[in-house]
Amino acid sequence: MKKPDVKSFKTGLLLGLTLILSMLVFSGCGASQTSSTPQEGTDDAVQAKAPVEITNVSYDPTRELYVAYNEIFQAHWKKETGQDVTIVQSHGGSGSQARSVLEGNEADVVTLALAPDVSSLEAAGLIEPGWLNEFDKNSSPYTSTIVFLVRKDNPKDLNDWDDIVKPGIEIITPNPKTSGGAQWNFLAAWAFAKNLYQGDETKTQQFLADLYANVTVLDSGARGSTTTFVENKQGDVLLAWENEAYLSLKEHPGEYEIVTPSISILAQPSVAVVDEVAKSRGTEEVAKAYLSYLYSDEAQRLVGKNFYRPSNPTILKEFASTFNLTLPLVTIDDDFGGWPAAKAKFFADGAIFDQIYKQ
Amino acid sequence: MTRFIRQRKKNKVIPGFALSMGITLAMLSCIVLIPLLSVILSLSGTTFAEFLATITDKQVLVAYRVSFQCSLIAALINCFFGVLLAWILVRYRFPGRRILDGFIELPFALPTSVAGIALTTLYSDSGWIGRIFAHIGIKISYTLIGITIALIFIGIPFVVRSVQPVLEKLDRQYEEAAMILGASQSKTFFKVVFPEILPAMLTGFGLAFARGLGEYGSVVFIAGNIPYKTQITPLIIISKLEQFNYDGATSIALTMIIFSFVILFSLNILQARVNKVTKV
Amino acid sequence: MKQKLVSSLLIILGAVFIAVMLIVPLCTVLAYALRQGWETFASAIRDPYAIKALRLTLLAAVVTVALNTVFGVFSSWAISKFRFKGRQFLTTLIDIPFAISPVIAGLVFVLVFGRIGWAYSFLQAHHLKVVFAVPGIILATIFVTLPFVSRELIPLMQAQGNEEEEAAALMGAGGFKIYRKITLPHIKWGLLYGIILCTARAMGEFGAVSVVSGHLRGKTNTLPLHIEILFNEFHLTAAFAVSSILVVIAIMILILRNIVEYKGKKAGSEDVR
Repeated sequence: MKKPDVKSFKTGLLLGLTLILSMLVFSGCGASQTSSTPQEGTDDAVQAKAPVEITNVSYDPTRELYVAYNEIFQAHWKKETGQDVTIVQSHGGSGSQARSVLEGNEADVVTLALAPDVSSLEAAGLIEPGWLNEFDKNSSPYTSTIVFLVRKDNPKDLNDWDDIVKPGIEIITPNPKTSGGAQWNFLAAWAFAKNLYQGDETKTQQFLADLYANVTVLDSGARGSTTTFVENKQGDVLLAWENEAYLSLKEHPGEYEIVTPSISILAQPSVAVVDEVAKSRGTEEVAKAYLSYLYSDEAQRLVGKNFYRPSNPTILKEFASTFNLTLPLVTIDDDFGGWPAAKAKFFADGAIFDQIYKQ
Repeated sequence: MTRFIRQRKKNKVIPGFALSMGITLAMLSCIVLIPLLSVILSLSGTTFAEFLATITDKQVLVAYRVSFQCSLIAALINCFFGVLLAWILVRYRFPGRRILDGFIELPFALPTSVAGIALTTLYSDSGWIGRIFAHIGIKISYTLIGITIALIFIGIPFVVRSVQPVLEKLDRQYEEAAMILGASQSKTFFKVVFPEILPAMLTGFGLAFARGLGEYGSVVFIAGNIPYKTQITPLIIISKLEQFNYDGATSIALTMIIFSFVILFSLNILQARVNKVTKV
Repeated sequence: MKQKLVSSLLIILGAVFIAVMLIVPLCTVLAYALRQGWETFASAIRDPYAIKALRLTLLAAVVTVALNTVFGVFSSWAISKFRFKGRQFLTTLIDIPFAISPVIAGLVFVLVFGRIGWAYSFLQAHHLKVVFAVPGIILATIFVTLPFVSRELIPLMQAQGNEEEEAAALMGAGGFKIYRKITLPHIKWGLLYGIILCTARAMGEFGAVSVVSGHLRGKTNTLPLHIEILFNEFHLTAAFAVSSILVVIAIMILILRNIVEYKGKKAGSEDVR
């Protein structure tokens, strides 16, 4: 009685394992049909002019920008080298996108919302040190800033940061602990208050505490906040990236207005080649060209049309009717001592942002 | 292994135990056990003191409470409506029954984020339903009530679909006998039907409750996410991950897994007891 | 008379609950989807990336359902027909995927197969990719929906008892024969419910899949992920339009189930006669 039981138990174990493995193999085959074909020629891609494929892991509302940019880059690369290039796009929250690359999502280039997300890949050994200076302007080919989105005709008369901390004003902004992009919002407000109180940190912190006390919905991401404000009509003011505020205006013409405060921050999204992946795939050259061509005049104009501020000052001036170019912008390096310092001071567990809510 | 087989001898009549147990264990290990053990493995770099500090942080404690409170209430409401729905779907014939029946799985088919956005819009004070409640001064979206509503939404199929097959199989003879003997309808239900469906209901309750504890996508839009007020535990896990704090995230995740395991385990034991009592 | 009153009351209560909790949210989705007219709706669902995502979602759902059905059938047999030590423990282990936050469900696979996982160097050496590729997506979907079929069957088979199977076994019937002739007729609707639930959930799963997918457009984007991206791109209408595809598929499956069930029950009652 015992022997056949052990045997059939083992048969069962084996059957179960075989099932799972065959599932993996089956689905793996299905997948490789789509992915391996374009990649086969990558090793000697340039010489052989075989088509090449690169993956751009980016953050959320950049898809339309990159769909348009991919077209002009493909044309440019074809003209330069005669090679066809396809670009696979990936979008999601900046932090989770960085994490997916760190966890094994093979990106040739990353174009993320803030430098620390790229630095985390440097720390993991995927990107070589010095990436920040690999491309112009701290490797940020386009920038943005933080503005207010208010309802039409600005009914609560909110014009600057000290207007929105008044009691009774309801603010919508994402949580800087779950949305990397929202850290710029916090820092912009901090810059204003620090100016106002001439560097008195206690008062500045109190200002931020007042501001976040007015926040009625602290969404996990920028898009969630926009929906809360625009679709569900919550709050009086939305703190948003300039390009996202313009997207809301475009989607709901005549319902909202953009207000630029007296001071804000230069939000610098970062781009970098993921060296480890590009090297192993032999795509370094095209990946590098992909990012550096973002600085070309043609690409810079495209950037402006997608409501990002071009980092080329001459082309930025062409968009003077769109952007408020007189708005003074503080920068993370000059005013906050760079990202590592700012992260540790404001956003680490138990740091200033947590203290604000503990009070 | 030998233990299983020895147990098998006690009820040696029905065949197929060893084989089905083998398949079950192989698949369970590959898909659930080994991945879960890697969570613990990945925590090997953390000291126990660090682990404890992470999981007992005040903000995290409040988040546990929010998650527990809302899922518990939602699961209880689902128990009531789930049994009610299963009952009317099985026992009554009325126009639109099939359509009603068809809608039950909807919460599973909608991606959680879409459900979350739709519910938030609906229950915010400018939404179709939220507006009515706003008049009497009740805010639903961005409060604990909103979280509870989202959890009711995602949990309802668990209860209905657990109870429904049992009800369908239930022999009506006993009920009819009870009625003939003069028992009232409600008495018949609670004395005859209810004990039969109780194990299934407990299963549904446990699943709805546990799912509520872990739910993220549909809740995150309707919760205000204000720390110390309407922040749910999965959100804290996300915020730890966002800072590349894998240890912190997995610590809290592990705590949640243990919580859910204990809840489900006690429910399963309770359910086995109930089963035994009703079978005697 | 009183009985009639109670039954109508219960039906109304149930209908109101369904209406408020399920149908009205669905209408919200459809209202959004058609907000900018049929044109926007049509172009959103005809987008080649949406179609690719749909294909991947269906592939994942089919594989997942097949595997989970096998698992469900065998595990429910082992658990409900036999008494053994650790039975409740095993049952609870099967339940665990329901209770785990989807985010963690994805993360566990990354912790095994990802660049930070212990199996990564092995996979890399053999040029295999699990996470951030299709197998990872399927694995995560299986994980999340693993309990559905067995969870549906266990209470049913327990309520059924063992007498009939024991009798058949004593008469010398083999395991598969007993299952086909005795157990299956009793549990077929439960099995069907389980499969339907599993299918619905497999198609709608977002959280776990989003962690292991990498969001590569046209390659590892499932439909729910595609919806999320559209939403984040400020294409709310398109996002809801694409999610209505999922709703339509779900409703189609449900109608199909109803037909099968109706026919089956009719045939069953004729048999008895």
